[in-house]
Amino acid sequence: MPIQLHRIDDRLVHGQVVVGWGQPLNIRFLVLVDDAVASSEWEKDLYRMAVPPEMEIHFFDVATAIREHSRFAADKRPGILLTADIDSMQRLVSGVTAIGSVNLGGIHHRAGRTQYRRYVYLTPDEEAALRRLEATGLEVTAQDVPAARAVPLSEMLSERETR
Amino acid sequence: MSEELPAGVPGRAVVVGHGAFAEGLISAVAQISGMGEKLIGISNTGMSPTDIEAAIRSPLETLGVRVIFTDLPSGSATLAARRVMRNAPGVVLVSGVNLATLLDFVFTSCPTASEAARAAAERGRASLIVVEPG
Repeated sequence: MPIQLHRIDDRLVHGQVVVGWGQPLNIRFLVLVDDAVASSEWEKDLYRMAVPPEMEIHFFDVATAIREHSRFAADKRPGILLTADIDSMQRLVSGVTAIGSVNLGGIHHRAGRTQYRRYVYLTPDEEAALRRLEATGLEVTAQDVPAARAVPLSEMLSERETR
Repeated sequence: MSEELPAGVPGRAVVVGHGAFAEGLISAVAQISGMGEKLIGISNTGMSPTDIEAAIRSPLETLGVRVIFTDLPSGSATLAARRVMRNAPGVVLVSGVNLATLLDFVFTSCPTASEAARAAAERGRASLIVVEPG
């Protein structure tokens, strides 16, 4: 079974991921791809304590995740891959052709970002990066939880542009 | 300005959760006990991890709060609280808070934050019951 979700979410492991997606999709493992987290035992312990016992969590920097992706994609159990930012996902996608879609799950407010969804704020550079991702043939949608509609990137950006 | 509490005294607490969770629980505590002012509610809605950390850190620094209650062990509030605690000695976290937990806390006579937190957690745990049909 392929990885169910390749998600960009600055909170990484949190309620929406573990419970909101985790329970209905019966998620059995998380792959957390982040250079800083992968190099910090304290950070890894923090996230390990946040996942329920029935769920595994694996940590990789982007370069290692590119090499390991096929192993997790071939896993028969459902899983979710997480990055905290667009740049990490972009680097991952550049090295893994098997990824067909990217989920925008949480990119929250900070200075210089414009709001597109309650949970998606982007700088002009981040918006351009997502457009480039989509131009490679990836499906890019915004969807915080399974019960919400997956909003295509172009629709999300155009809604904002006409407000 | 920080409250002048002896080291370790429970004092007030922060309640952090999803949506209106904290607001709702605190309103229930106020209705039952009249002591809602002992609790400071924070919602994580729409907040980045660093925003949540800042919101939790503020009452610790300005009000001398030493107890943090969060709703979900896997939630972003709990992760943020644990990051804050790295640089906040003496602060204790209880995750999975419910109404019984908070009611115990606001009436606590425990001398330290850790004891008050442990007692409140135990009360909350014991309040979960299942009544089977028939």
